[in-house]
Amino acid sequence: MLAPAEITEYLRSAHSGAEFILEETVPEAVIRVPSGILCEAARTLRDDPRLRFDCLMCLSAVDRPEELQAVYHLYSMEHDHSCALRCCIPKDNPEIPTVSDIWPAAEWHEREAFDMMGIRFTGHPDPRRILCADDWEGHPLRRDYQPPSEFHGIPLTTILPPESETSS
Amino acid sequence: MSVLEGQYGPNVIITSLDKVFNWSRSRSMWPLTFGIACCAIEMMCAAAARFDLDRFGIFMRPTPRQADCMIIAGTVTVKMAERVKRLYEQMPEPKYVISMGSCANSGGPYWEYGYHVVKGVDLVIPVDVYIPGCPPRPEALIDAFLKLREKIERETLARQA
Repeated sequence: MLAPAEITEYLRSAHSGAEFILEETVPEAVIRVPSGILCEAARTLRDDPRLRFDCLMCLSAVDRPEELQAVYHLYSMEHDHSCALRCCIPKDNPEIPTVSDIWPAAEWHEREAFDMMGIRFTGHPDPRRILCADDWEGHPLRRDYQPPSEFHGIPLTTILPPESETSS
Repeated sequence: MSVLEGQYGPNVIITSLDKVFNWSRSRSMWPLTFGIACCAIEMMCAAAARFDLDRFGIFMRPTPRQADCMIIAGTVTVKMAERVKRLYEQMPEPKYVISMGSCANSGGPYWEYGYHVVKGVDLVIPVDVYIPGCPPRPEALIDAFLKLREKIERETLARQA
């Protein structure tokens, strides 16, 4: 079992020149990873015998005011340690390489992150929407999302109760 | 059925036939096995041993072509609404719809901010009986079937004035 600082240090030594920032240590290491080196770092984390993060527990997307973020929660069955990777993605071109070839569990998570937040995962084998209808427009969990007033002829605007009932 | 329907006034043969048809229909309503969300758990419970819908002649059919009635048990999303409508259209006449729970009635907790929820399944298909509750208890579903039974008993083959 490695401490947060040890995991970060190990990543830095395996990828010299890349910038890994240890942002949080409680309850687990949260390491900021540049999106350009994400795939290489992910392979190191999975395959290195001292790290062996073999389980992608969760992949989530965050909409910050200035950027989008993808967060990967990893766990090692062998060493019983965990960490999280945080990748920042610019809002004007939300693209990040897929990790579904490294952890197959990422496939549907990445589809969900695309559907809800509009992050495009390059190299994904099946980059369709997963929850919304295939011809849905926009990404509903974005902060600037405007819900449609109707979809395929079904009205989606809020139906208010009649005035007489609300005033009484 | 449709050959006779609306052809004659309310004479003694038609009204007697009404009694027979309405009695047989209202005592053997076969709903479509079709649950969308948590209300379906209560629906399953109503159909299982403790509440036993079978004693009212109600048991679930796995295909819309054998079903008389449809229980909308759960949140209808816009993606599901098209499937709901298609299933409804596949059911043979006469057909009835029970809207079970707040979500199907009005959108429920999603009525204001649910971007993907239909604000009441009656925007998509006609509804005969609404059950309030979130989710309604199995007794409420049984009550809805008894209400629907009263509605069926008032139907007639006679020409409407």
